[in-house]
Formats: sequence, C-alpha cells, structure tokens
Amino acid sequence: MTADPRYGLHRHVSLPGPLALDSGAALTPVEFGYETYGSLNTDKSNAILICHALTGDQYVASDHPLTGKPGWWTRMVGPGKPIDTERYFVICSNVIGSCLGSSGPSSINPATGRAWAMDFPVLTIRDMVRAQAMLLDHLGVERLKAVVGGSMGGMQALSWAATFPDRIGAVVVIASTAKHSAQNIAFHEVGRQAIMADPNWRGGDYYGDGEAPAAGLAVARMAAHITYLSEAGLTEKFGRRLQERDAKTFGFDADFQVESYLRHQGLSFTGRFDANAYLYITRAMDYFDLAEEHGGMLANAFRATDARFCVVSFDTDWLYPTRESRAVVRALNAAAKHVSFVELSSPFGHDAFLLESPELNAVVDGFLKVEG
Amino acid sequence: MSDLRPDLAVIARNVDPGTRVLDIGCGDGSLMAALRDTRGVDARGLELDPANVSAAVARGLSVVQGNADTDLADYPDQSFDYAILSQTLQTTRRPDLVLDDLLRIGRRAFVSFPNFAHWRVRLSLLWGGRMPVTRLLPERWYDTPNIHHVTIDDFRAMVAERGIEIEKARYLRGDRRTGPAAANFFAEHAVFLLSRD
Repeated sequence: MTADPRYGLHRHVSLPGPLALDSGAALTPVEFGYETYGSLNTDKSNAILICHALTGDQYVASDHPLTGKPGWWTRMVGPGKPIDTERYFVICSNVIGSCLGSSGPSSINPATGRAWAMDFPVLTIRDMVRAQAMLLDHLGVERLKAVVGGSMGGMQALSWAATFPDRIGAVVVIASTAKHSAQNIAFHEVGRQAIMADPNWRGGDYYGDGEAPAAGLAVARMAAHITYLSEAGLTEKFGRRLQERDAKTFGFDADFQVESYLRHQGLSFTGRFDANAYLYITRAMDYFDLAEEHGGMLANAFRATDARFCVVSFDTDWLYPTRESRAVVRALNAAAKHVSFVELSSPFGHDAFLLESPELNAVVDGFLKVEG
Repeated sequence: MSDLRPDLAVIARNVDPGTRVLDIGCGDGSLMAALRDTRGVDARGLELDPANVSAAVARGLSVVQGNADTDLADYPDQSFDYAILSQTLQTTRRPDLVLDDLLRIGRRAFVSFPNFAHWRVRLSLLWGGRMPVTRLLPERWYDTPNIHHVTIDDFRAMVAERGIEIEKARYLRGDRRTGPAAANFFAEHAVFLLSRD
C-alpha cells in the first residue's frame, strides 16, 4: 500500500478555489502548507484540527524547517500526549494570510507572476476557517472530532462552531476571546505602524530585490511580546538586572536584561516571519467580533451547533483576560450548550497556554476522551 | 453510588432518569458522574474551586468554574429539570437569592445542608460557650466557608415565607435516615426537594 500523498509532514497543496472572502473579494488559487499526524480511522471519526496563533504555523509537533526548533505545541500534541497522535488524526494548517506555505501576501499572484504584497485581499478569521474547511474537503474529512486552538487559534475554533456547526463534535478554546478589544487593536496598530514606518517596507513591495522591513517587524514583535507575558513574570525573569555588565553605561545599548531579551525576540522573529503577513493577520484578528457577525448576540453564534465546548483561561493573561472567556461561557450557557470552563493559575500570562501546564493537559485530555 | 456522600446518595436516588440537571457546587463531579452513569442524566455543573473543576472536566463532565452568588444569572429560566445545591447554601452570600435562582433555573431544586441545630452543636455552644467544631462542621469560626449557618427549622421557615413547596424531605444522621419528628434536634443533615406551585 502506498502512502496517501495528502497525509504526512511538510504537505503543500494548491486548490483552485475560488474562496469567497468576507471583503467581497475571491481568492484563487488557495494554497495550503499543512501537516497531518497519525492516521484517519476507517469511519473518519478521529480527526482533530489544531488552529495556530498569530505567529504560529503548521509545525505543531514537528521541527520547524527555518529555526530547527521543536514544534510549538509538543507538550500537548504527540504520541501519548493529550492530543494523542496514536489515537487521533491531527491536522494543522498554516492560516491563509501567513507565510509558511499557505496563500498570503508573500505568495505569487497568478495574475502578475509576482508576490501579491498589498494586493492580497484583506482577510477575516472566518475566511481562514472557510479555507480550512476547503482543505478538509480535500483531505476527505467531513466532520471533526474536535477543533482546538489557543489565542488566535481559539478565535478560529469559535468561528468554526459558528460557521460550520455540523462539522464539529467538540471545541477547545484556550486563552482566547470572542472579540478584539480596543486595547488589543491598539497594540496591534503599534506593531503595524512600526512595520510601515520602516523605510524598507516600501508600501509592502519589498519581495523582489529589496531588503525586508526587518527592523519594523522586530519592533512589532517586541511590543506584542510584552503583551504575552505578565508583569510578575517579567519581574521574576529579569527584574532590573543588567545584561552582562556591572554598571549602567549611560547610553542606549541594551543595559537591562529585559531589553536584551526583547531585542533577541524581535530579531529572531524576523528570520521566520513575513512583515506583510504580520499586517494581514493582525488585521484579521482586529476585525474579529463573533457577536457582530450574529446580530450582536454572541449566543446566536452557537445556537446551531451540538458541539461540546471547553473554555480555558489563565489568571495572569491580560491580553485575553478571564472575563473574555467568561463572556463566551455565558453565551454558551444562554444557548444551553454543553460547556466546561476553568481559569487556570499560572505566573506566565498569555504565553501560559504554550508552556508546561499539567492542569491544562489534564483538562484537554479528559475533555477529548469523552465519546461522542 | 455507594461511595457517594450520604446526602448526595439521597439526591441521586430521587432524580428521575433521563432528566437535565444543574449541580451547583458540584465539587469534583461525583454526583454528576453517578447521575450520568446510573440514570442517564444530562448533568452540568458549577464549581468555585479550579482544581475541582479540572478534576470534573478530566472525567468528561461539563463543569463551569463560577460562583453561585454571581454566576447563576447566566442560566436561562427553566432550562433544567433539577437544580441541585448540596452543602453549598450555607456558604453563599445571599442564600435567599440563590434559592430563588435555583427555582428559576430548575423546575425543581434539591438543597442539602448541615443542620446547625443538631444536638452536638447545641451542646457545644451551650456548655463550651465556643463556636462549635464538630465532625460535620470541622472548621473554626474564622476559617469556615460556612458564613450563613442554618438550621432545619430556619430553612423550613424561609421556604414557607417565599411560597416554596417542600415536595420531599430527608433527614440524615451519619449515613442513616432519621425521622422528621425532632429532626431539627437529631439530624446532622437535611435534604429537601423543592418546587414552586
């Protein structure tokens, strides 16, 4: 038996589309960089879709081709892990708008033969989800046992419940929200302005011979990274400690460890991410307001689905604080859905969902093992 | 069901099979699991302690972390056949309002609580002159979660004032039943099934 070329690591497919977008535009073709783990069972009932966060990618449990680092969620996904690749057929796809093999501003516009750049249509979270559904059709998966996501992945998971209510059995939403707040949008705008203020950005048309706007992208990443950590976490990790020096230099080098750390985070990010993709994905997140898509009533977004929901927040997450998760839970209760919710304790802020958390693992494990 | 706490076992025996139940203060979900497994009940839970919520979710139950005093308003009217409040009434800030919410959300409600008029408690206060610390009420006055101690007679009076009907009452001494006569003196626990006419 030859292996099905649709399944496995480092997959890429270009589907003809067109994909109708919320903006009114249509995308064609629709390219996907994705990975699958484990095997689809005979009745095709064991598929789990993992949705990644803003700067995440499809390399959820395999080494990243650019950085060589292990997958971003190996604590949760793999053999014997809560999302057990020996039990489940796990799919993770690069969102459209991104830059790791799926259609985005850095991929080729067939009309011109050059990178789309800013001619790429502006996307929404729901557009990303519709694209994923298109990929699932290609993979022969009609119904998902579960869709799982943290942060922006959680937004996609919620959007899945609203957009394809009959295609999902369960939804796991971690450290996420049903809408972007003014503060969320504000931080993203700082990042976008940093990118667009970089002279190398050149209206987004930097793919040919020019330098990429790495300095702007690095600043965007630095600003965003602060929102992923808690103040207590930063204090514990860095305090006011100096970076490899005994005294302040009375200059603007990275005197403090926290400065050095952020500069490193910013710089290393530019090696694996496209600045325009950052613009497009943050825009999609800012546009996200699930209630708005359903007559202003969040509960309406969930009425059509019979899926079970598991919502998890972290007590030190100030990017998507617990009250945002509670708003989702309240709406699910109002729609009389099966919902579990827990606020876990962690010193690490928003990033906690990616870090070691035995409680998170236990909750996801137990939730997914329920039959049905 | 044999390993359930006695008041929970009483409740479990009196829930009709196949019904929808909201267990408020569900702990680690023991009652919910028993109801699901033995009576085919569609059970949901509300629980304050995150470790308990995690334990309940990990056994496949639908439990929301929340507070009976503040979060019951999120549940629609008459959305459950039963609302259950076991050994939680005396920990709420406004037991009267919580009781109203129970019978708004559920068509009927089970309420169980430790009886503060049990003779041991009376004796302890009468002769010791100190706030009672008993087998059933093991915490001291300053660290107890029980902020509204209630007796069986107090509870009967409250439900009567609010026009709530007592459909069933069970009184427990340890894991054994005791009669309704002088229950306020002899029962350690009471379990009531309530409804509005």
